[in-house]
Amino acid sequence: MADKVLAVEGLKTHFFTRSGVVKAVDGVSLSLAPGEILGLVGESGSGKSVTGFSILGLIDPPGKIVEGTIHLNGRNIAGLPDEEAQKIRGKDLAMIFQDPMMTLNPVLKIETQMVETVLAHEAVSRAAARARAAEALAMVGIPAPEERLDAYPHQFSGGMRQRVAIAIALLHRPRVIIADEPTTALDVTIQSQILAKVQELARDTGTALIWITHDLTVIAGLADRVAVMYAGRIVEQGPVDAVLDAPRHPYTQGLIGSVPSLGRRGSRLAQIPGAAPSLASLPPGCPFAPRCGAAVDLCRRERPALVALGPSIAACHVARQAGDAA
Amino acid sequence: MSAAAAAPAREETPFRRFVSQFAEDRIAVAGLVVFVLVVLAALLAPFYAPQNPYDLARVDLMDSRLPPGAKAGDGFTMWLGSDGVGRDVFSAIFYGLRISLAVGAASCLIAATLGSAVGLIAAYAGGRTETVIMRIVDLQLSLPSVLVALILVAMFGKGVDKIIIALVLVQWAYYARTVRGTALVERRKDYVEAASCLGLSHARILFRHILPNCLAPVIVVATVQTAHAISLEATLSFLGVGLPQTEPSLGVLIANGFQYMLSGKYWISFFPGLALLVTIVSINLVGDRLRDVLNPRLEK
Repeated sequence: MADKVLAVEGLKTHFFTRSGVVKAVDGVSLSLAPGEILGLVGESGSGKSVTGFSILGLIDPPGKIVEGTIHLNGRNIAGLPDEEAQKIRGKDLAMIFQDPMMTLNPVLKIETQMVETVLAHEAVSRAAARARAAEALAMVGIPAPEERLDAYPHQFSGGMRQRVAIAIALLHRPRVIIADEPTTALDVTIQSQILAKVQELARDTGTALIWITHDLTVIAGLADRVAVMYAGRIVEQGPVDAVLDAPRHPYTQGLIGSVPSLGRRGSRLAQIPGAAPSLASLPPGCPFAPRCGAAVDLCRRERPALVALGPSIAACHVARQAGDAA
Repeated sequence: MSAAAAAPAREETPFRRFVSQFAEDRIAVAGLVVFVLVVLAALLAPFYAPQNPYDLARVDLMDSRLPPGAKAGDGFTMWLGSDGVGRDVFSAIFYGLRISLAVGAASCLIAATLGSAVGLIAAYAGGRTETVIMRIVDLQLSLPSVLVALILVAMFGKGVDKIIIALVLVQWAYYARTVRGTALVERRKDYVEAASCLGLSHARILFRHILPNCLAPVIVVATVQTAHAISLEATLSFLGVGLPQTEPSLGVLIANGFQYMLSGKYWISFFPGLALLVTIVSINLVGDRLRDVLNPRLEK
């Protein structure tokens, strides 16, 4: 575990609502080595964002981390009191959000927002903080960073804003950055620029990344490993090539099949029938069974555990039996 | 809207856009001009008013109830006549405006600060804190403001400071409710989430990030409430519980002349009333326009 910068073990984040307990994250384990990029994939509502917020300690009531540990640099940060968590957030752990239009405060200059982030965790002079801010802006490829510091968010384009958001996340050279669909709101050319930049930065600074997305094509080009989430659990995890080329779990297969590609133009797009189940009332067996074409009786009775299947791990009775047979 | 502003050399700042939008309404501009003139006239009163109405040595009882245009014993012309104790109405109006405006501005400033802080805390804390604060606000707003102010002044006694306290206690709730409403929307926005992800303190997020984004409606409420405070003070003074006779605000002046209304000496009440009317209407015109310009839902 020493070589892992982040290790999440059996994380359960539940929301205690009036209509019942919503198990948004129900036993997620994942780990990250320095400089590694983990893609966290799943449908809307599969719990991938909640996983990210749980790691940051930003679960508001009625939500609560009910079980599990989150080790950052060997220190358990799950359930840390707010003041302690505040010291880690923005310093060792940073987050990048989906919509760059919304994540910068519209009434504050970029400089103010960056300098206060520096000063929140380090006692340095304003001038030094400003220099750090300019440096961070230069690092993400913003031209004339000194001048741009005095601009307001509305003076930047969407792609530039996301670069600013990444620059803010990088200010303290965090160990882990959690990126919650940061390129979904951008057009593809900007997206590829940002992805290339992020890959470069992760390599150069040793920052590990959790890249939350529903876009498998992004994962294919960016991530080292991929974890697929369904109904609050990881159903398959492994090296990106293994998972994308030979997916074991029918849900992963469905996700890959749903990506339109040039080679299959004109043919009907595969789709996963039905919708993600309500997390308040999951069936007893495999939560994917009602939508699964390969489901057998066992799937509806017993919840499958994650087992090693080749280089990956997957939670599927059918895949496990096929693996045993082979 | 913002995409177009992709950093040309000299671009339109939000403030300039605000000014040009405000200026589109001629009546509001006229209101602003009148209001500025009123404020200047009040501030500069000691320099041009022929008589200091507070200086009892200069007020001559022999000059009482002179009609507009009459000559005073001191030799200056009383353009708007004199009141029951021989004060020059023209001078008294502008001295009175000073007090009325000062009371309005001070109470509004204090109430805005207090009310905004309370509203912010309610929105940010949520839960029981919010419920308790907002029920107090509801209670406050459900009582007629004149009545509450009347009771408070009756309890505190006369004086500028006491009137201001009474007005603050009557008005803070408007700000609290406005700010809470806006802050509830703002705190759900991503930039607040992003700020907490950066490890900023609650106080910093609240006052540095959320508060500036809630200011537009506060400014609108503040203009309207200033006008309201001025007229409320005038009402209290007119009822005889506001400011003392020795420091006549517009309300006191109107009250002083009231008893002479039926005997044809209209000017003692009429001109101070006119001054009050002009002041309040000008502030309200500005306030209405601010509401239109600063309303995000009406943004072009």
